[in-house]
Amino acid sequence: MRRLAKDRLAGHLMALLTITSLLLVVAMGIGLYLKAAPILQEHSLWELLSASEWKPMKNQFGFFPFLMGTLWVSGLALLIAIPISLLTAIFLTEYAHSMVRRFVFPFLDILAGLPSVIYGVWGMLLIVPWVSNVAGPWVQRNTTGYTVLACGIVLGVTIIPLLVSLFIEIFSNVSHELREATFALGATKWQTAKHVVLRKTAPGIVAAIVLAASRVMGETIAVIMVCGNLAIAPGSLLDACYPIPALIANNYGEMLSMPLYESALMFAAFILFFVVLVFNLFSRLVLKKIKE
Amino acid sequence: MSKLFPHSLTKGKEPFFVDHKFPHPENLRLSTHALSVYIGGNQILKFVNAEIPQNKITCIIGPSGCGKTTLLRTFNRLVDTIEGVKLEGVVMLGEQNIVTASASELTEIRRVIGLVPQRPCPLPMSIYDNIAYGCRIHGISGRKKLDAVVEYYLRAVGLWDEVKDRLHSPAGKLSGGQQQRLCLARSLAIEPSYLLADESTSALDPISSRTIEELFVKLKKDYSIVMVTHTLRQAKRIADHVIFMYMGEVIEEGDAQQVFNNPKHELTRKYLEGSFS
Repeated sequence: MRRLAKDRLAGHLMALLTITSLLLVVAMGIGLYLKAAPILQEHSLWELLSASEWKPMKNQFGFFPFLMGTLWVSGLALLIAIPISLLTAIFLTEYAHSMVRRFVFPFLDILAGLPSVIYGVWGMLLIVPWVSNVAGPWVQRNTTGYTVLACGIVLGVTIIPLLVSLFIEIFSNVSHELREATFALGATKWQTAKHVVLRKTAPGIVAAIVLAASRVMGETIAVIMVCGNLAIAPGSLLDACYPIPALIANNYGEMLSMPLYESALMFAAFILFFVVLVFNLFSRLVLKKIKE
Repeated sequence: MSKLFPHSLTKGKEPFFVDHKFPHPENLRLSTHALSVYIGGNQILKFVNAEIPQNKITCIIGPSGCGKTTLLRTFNRLVDTIEGVKLEGVVMLGEQNIVTASASELTEIRRVIGLVPQRPCPLPMSIYDNIAYGCRIHGISGRKKLDAVVEYYLRAVGLWDEVKDRLHSPAGKLSGGQQQRLCLARSLAIEPSYLLADESTSALDPISSRTIEELFVKLKKDYSIVMVTHTLRQAKRIADHVIFMYMGEVIEEGDAQQVFNNPKHELTRKYLEGSFS
């Protein structure tokens, strides 16, 4: 009797905790929205999103540069990270000897666990000078190096270990029998990986990419260190940028005496929240489509 | 020639695999000489000498763990997927030693020696693509050609009428027995000379299992079939040639009638009587 009561109690408790964490998401969204409400009363949503002027002193709040900054940087980071991670994971699961795997896995875990500030420092020391001294001159452009390109590279590298670990996990779930079935037809490892493993795991790959994308869009510290922090919508890879998380982290707590400033930053946070949410929901739809 | 290249029947032209590395498929004898297989230091096969007769069903029988499956998987070198495996001795396919074959020769050997898996294992694609896949990876393309191949081999395994209206739906939606026939058709579509079957009916219901058996009997006209089986009754039903293995060694090999009715070796007799399994 007692163990049944315990079981029921544990069940209820865990359900309660689950609901709490779910409600937390909703509460955050509502909280951000309420905080952002003042600026939405003064300016229309469309105006805020499409205007390019960011002059809080003059009551001009255009979020377009930040939105674009986030999109450019995230897009570039994923563009860099996805192919590298996919090929690395394919190598490790399909080609590499188990000795290599045993040697590489701990490194991946360490890399995945490194604080992003370290990636930021690495970016400042290596990537920013490289962009300024090599990539810029190569296309005859003068640049400080604090650019979309540097930011994209740093962010891309930040998520590679995460993506590789996820992909490896996903690929390892493909049954041995399936691989044998295609080997037995005379398929090479590459043909097996391309036609069978990737196809079988497509939903998982999409899910992993979404996870990585959400992380990239929200990454803050490493971004602040290499993005240039200029509130201009970037027009090329060699322009500075100012993604949304950097805006919030740089300014919150500083000039809050200015009217509407706090509300504006909360609105920025709300945009980020909303974008990540929509992105995740959208990916669910894609996943459902693929699974069919 | 034409019996090994049934595609030519469907097209009335030259076979699809004209330039493969075995110019005389009718002389592709398969045999092992002093074959030993070690896995992680354990000797799984001990100096196995065996000869696979052509256009017959050869059953490898023996108690669990005697090395039947290892022997079977040495023929197409699928043992390579096991970590720490080491091969010694010789497995000859025509003029080619399978044991020392390079990666590129292996893909060709595996085309000539097909496999029907233990459990039905459709590839994650449509019914049509499951059959066409093997042809595609060996460089055969062209809608019309592939259409012909797919229809021919689906008919060969008696699946055509059941699936012709849903060729492009996922193969995973077929029943177990249908999936296994699909796997058989998939193996046949790359025109092998040999078919390896690793207890290919063990995961099926009795009726589907019987269907596969009947197909094997029909197919031996064009293919040499080597199957591992746990069920003696099955071996007695369809085997022409029997290899009895015990503890990694071939104890007795010979004509099915002779082995089953008049075994030469004491161990074989005991196994057939059911003294151990």
